[in-house]
Amino acid sequence: MGIKWNEMLVGGDPLLVGSQIAIVLTVVAIVVGLTYFKKWGWLWREWLTTVDHKKIGIMYILSGVLMFFRGGMDGLLMKAQTARPEMSFLDAQHYNEIFTTHGVIMILFMAMPFLIGLMNVVVPLQIGARDVAFPQLNALSFWLFFSGAMLFNISFVVGGSPDAGWTSYFPLAGKEFSPGIGNNYYAIALQIAGLGTLMTGINFIVTILKMRAPGMTLMKMPMFTWTTFITSIIIVAAFPIFTVALALMTFDRLYGTHFFTLSSGGSDMLWANLFWLWGHPEVYIVILPAFGIFSEVIATFSRKTLFGYTSMVISIVGIAFLSMIVWVHHFYTMDAGPAVNSFFSITTMLIAVPTGVKIFNWLFTMRKGRIQFTTAMLWALAFVPNFVIGGVTGVMLAMAAADFQYHNTLFLVAHFHYVLIPGVVFAVFAGLYYWWPKMFGFMLNEKLGKYHFWLFTIGFNVTFMPMFFLGLKGAVRRAYTYSAESGFAPLFLVSAIGSIILAVGFAVFCYNIYWSFRYAKRNVSHDPWDARTLEWMTASPVQFYNFAVVPEVKQLDAFWHMKKRGEKLTLKESDIKKIHMPSNSGLPFYMAVVFGITGFFLVFEAHIAAAVAAIGIVVGLIIRSFDYNDGYYVSVDEIKETERTWRTVEGGTENHVG
Amino acid sequence: MSANVNHSLPLEYQTEQNRLNILGFWIFIGAEIVLFATLFAVYGVLGHRYAGGPTPSDIFKLNDVLIETLLLLTSSFTCGLAVFFMRQRNMKQLLVWFVITLLLGAGFLFMEIREFIHYVHEGATMQTSAFLSSFFVLLGTHGAHVTFGIIWAIMLIIQLLQRGLTPVTARKMFIISLYWHFLDVVWIFIFTFVYLKGMVG
Repeated sequence: MGIKWNEMLVGGDPLLVGSQIAIVLTVVAIVVGLTYFKKWGWLWREWLTTVDHKKIGIMYILSGVLMFFRGGMDGLLMKAQTARPEMSFLDAQHYNEIFTTHGVIMILFMAMPFLIGLMNVVVPLQIGARDVAFPQLNALSFWLFFSGAMLFNISFVVGGSPDAGWTSYFPLAGKEFSPGIGNNYYAIALQIAGLGTLMTGINFIVTILKMRAPGMTLMKMPMFTWTTFITSIIIVAAFPIFTVALALMTFDRLYGTHFFTLSSGGSDMLWANLFWLWGHPEVYIVILPAFGIFSEVIATFSRKTLFGYTSMVISIVGIAFLSMIVWVHHFYTMDAGPAVNSFFSITTMLIAVPTGVKIFNWLFTMRKGRIQFTTAMLWALAFVPNFVIGGVTGVMLAMAAADFQYHNTLFLVAHFHYVLIPGVVFAVFAGLYYWWPKMFGFMLNEKLGKYHFWLFTIGFNVTFMPMFFLGLKGAVRRAYTYSAESGFAPLFLVSAIGSIILAVGFAVFCYNIYWSFRYAKRNVSHDPWDARTLEWMTASPVQFYNFAVVPEVKQLDAFWHMKKRGEKLTLKESDIKKIHMPSNSGLPFYMAVVFGITGFFLVFEAHIAAAVAAIGIVVGLIIRSFDYNDGYYVSVDEIKETERTWRTVEGGTENHVG
Repeated sequence: MSANVNHSLPLEYQTEQNRLNILGFWIFIGAEIVLFATLFAVYGVLGHRYAGGPTPSDIFKLNDVLIETLLLLTSSFTCGLAVFFMRQRNMKQLLVWFVITLLLGAGFLFMEIREFIHYVHEGATMQTSAFLSSFFVLLGTHGAHVTFGIIWAIMLIIQLLQRGLTPVTARKMFIISLYWHFLDVVWIFIFTFVYLKGMVG
C-alpha cells in the first residue's frame, strides 16, 4: 500500500517519545474509565449522536480548550527555546514544526471551535428558535471539524509535523523542498475541517434568515446574531477558495501537477494569493463573532442599550466587504509593484474606519452606564486598549513602503497577537464567563475568574509587548535562535517570563472549570446577569426544546423590555403545544470516522487504501439519502412537567432544570 | 420543521423544512460558484503556461467538445421538463424525462472521459505543464460533479418509485434540478473560456 510502516512513528527526540507515551496512556485511561463507569452508552446517546445545537456547541468549546492547551504548549516551547541566545533545547527542524502547528492550531482548531461553539449555543436561543435549520448537518460540521483536528494533531507523533509555516508558502511546501509527508497532513486535515466549517456557514445563514421568532426583524436582532450572520456569509464566500487551494496543493504533492511548482510553468505566487484570499477573510471570520460577544457583554454590564446599533451593523457589513479586498497586504514585499501595493494599502487602512466606529460605540455604550465589573466585563474592558494597540500597529504595517522594514520581523508577530488575543481570546473568555450559566446551570467562580483575568492579561502584555521592540531592532520571525551579540537576549527573556504568567492564567481558568463543576451553587437563576436578550428568558441549563412557547419580539433587547414592562414569565398552559424535534443520528460520527481514515491513508499516499476508505464516504451519503426519519414530537405533558421544575406559579422562576 | 403543509404552494415548497432546505441549497450553490470561480481564476493565470508542452490548438478536438456541449445543454432542457411534469403530478412523464436527462449526462461523461484518454495518449497529462494541470483539474472537478449528480439521481429515482411524489421527494427532485442546471451553466463557461478561447488564442 506504499506506507513505510517503520517510518510511521516519529522517534528519537525525548519530547516526542514522552508525548507518544502520554497519548497512549491517556487513551487507555479514557477507555478504561468509560468501561469501568459503564458510560459508553451514555457517551453514544447523549454526545456522539446528538443533534442538539447546545450540546454540539459544548463539544466545540471542549475541543477549543483542548486545542488551546496543545497550541499553548507549542507556544511555550518556542518561548523556552528563544529565552536565551544560542539555546539548543529545540533544533531548527523541530522549531519549524512547532511554529507551524502553533499557528494552524490556534487559528483553525482553537479560535474557530471556540467561536463556532458559542455561536451554536447562543444564536438559536437569541433568535427564539428550537434548533438550527439543519441539525444533523450541524452535527456533521462538528464531527468533520473534529476529524480534521485529530488528524492534524497526530502528525507530530505519526509521520512528522508539517513544517512550512501556517501559511505553507510554495515552493517550500512543495514536494521538491519538503519531500516528507508532514505537509500532506496540512493539505488534507485542513480540507476535512474546512468542509465542516463551510456547512456551518450555510446552516447559520439559513437559520438566521428563516427561523427568527415572530416580530424579530433583521434590525431587532441581537448584535452577536448579526455578527454570526455576517461571519457565515464570509465563510461561504471565502472557504471554497481555501478548499480549492488545498486541493491543488494536494494534487501538487501527491500527483505531480504543476500549480505552484517552480518548474513546468507553475506559479508559487498563485498559492500566496489563493491562501490570503481565504486567509484574510478568515481573520474577520474569527474577529466578527468576537465583536458580537463584546457588544452583548458591554451592553449587559453597562445596563444600557448598545450605542449606535445601526452604525454597528453597517460597520460589520463594511468590514466584511473590505476583508475581501486587502489580501495583498500580506505580501507587499513579494513584487506586486507600487500601484498594486498602493491600492491594497488604502483598502487596508480603510478597515480602521468601521473598526474605529465600533470601538467608539462600545465606549459610548459604557458612558454614563452603571458598569458592573464582572469577570466577563473585565475581559471586555481590557479588550479595548489592547486591541487598539493591535489596530494601530496594523495601520503602521498597512503602509506598504514602511512594511518593507517591519515585514517578517517580530513586530508583525506582536501585531497579530495583539489583534487576535484581545480580539478573539479575550472575547471567548468573556463569552464563556457570561454564557456559562446558560450552558451548564452554574456559574464560573468570579474570584478565580479575576485571578485568571489579571494573570492572563498581564502575562499577555509582558509576552508580546517586548516583541514589538525586538522586531523594530531587527529580530526576524520564525528564527529558532539568535546570537548573544545581537543584544536581543534581555527582551526575549522578559517575553519568555511573560509566557509563563500567561500559561498560569490559563491554568487558573482550567482549575476554575473544575472547581465550579464540583462546588459552584447549582440553584442559579435563569437570568443571573439581569441581561437583555432572549436566551436569558428560558431555563438554565436550557431545556432540550429551548422554549416552551416561542416568545414574541417587539423591539431590540426584547427580554430587557419585557422585564421593564413587568411581564412575568407565567406560562399559560393552554398555550403549550406539542413540539417537533429532530432525532439523534450516528451518521455524522460515522462520516467523521471514514473521512479520518480516508484522510490518513491519503496523507501516507496510500492511494488504493484511500480509495477503498472513500467508498465508506459514499455509503454514508447513500444511507443519508434514504433516511426518512422525520424526528419526533415532545408531548404537552412532558413540556408542562419540565417547565414546572423551574417556574413558580406566580410567574417567578428559581430552580435549575433537570 | 413543523409538518404544517401549505397546499397552495408547489409541492416542493409546501413544508417549512422544505423551504429551509431549498434556501440552504441555493446558498450551497453560492459556495460552488466561488469554488468554480477560483478554478477559473487559476486556469486564467496558468492557462497559457505550456512549458514546452502541447498548446490548446494542438490537442483540442472541437467536434467532440461540440457533441459534449450539445448533450449537456439538452439534458438541462429535459431536466426542466421533468420538473415541469413533477408540478403536474405526472409521475410517469417525470421519470421518463429524468431518465433521459441522466442518459444524456452519462453520454456527456462518456465523451469527456474519451477526450481525456485521447489527450493522455497524446502525451498531454496533468503532470506535463501548468496549463494541463489547471485544465484537467477544472474540467475534472466539473466532471466529478456530473458523476456525483448521476449517482445521486439514481438514488432519487429509487425513492420516487418507492414513495411516489410527496413533498419530500418533490423537494429532492427540485434540488437536484437546481444542481443539474448549475453544472450546465459552469459548462457554458468552460466551453467559452477554455475551449473557444483556446482555439482562438
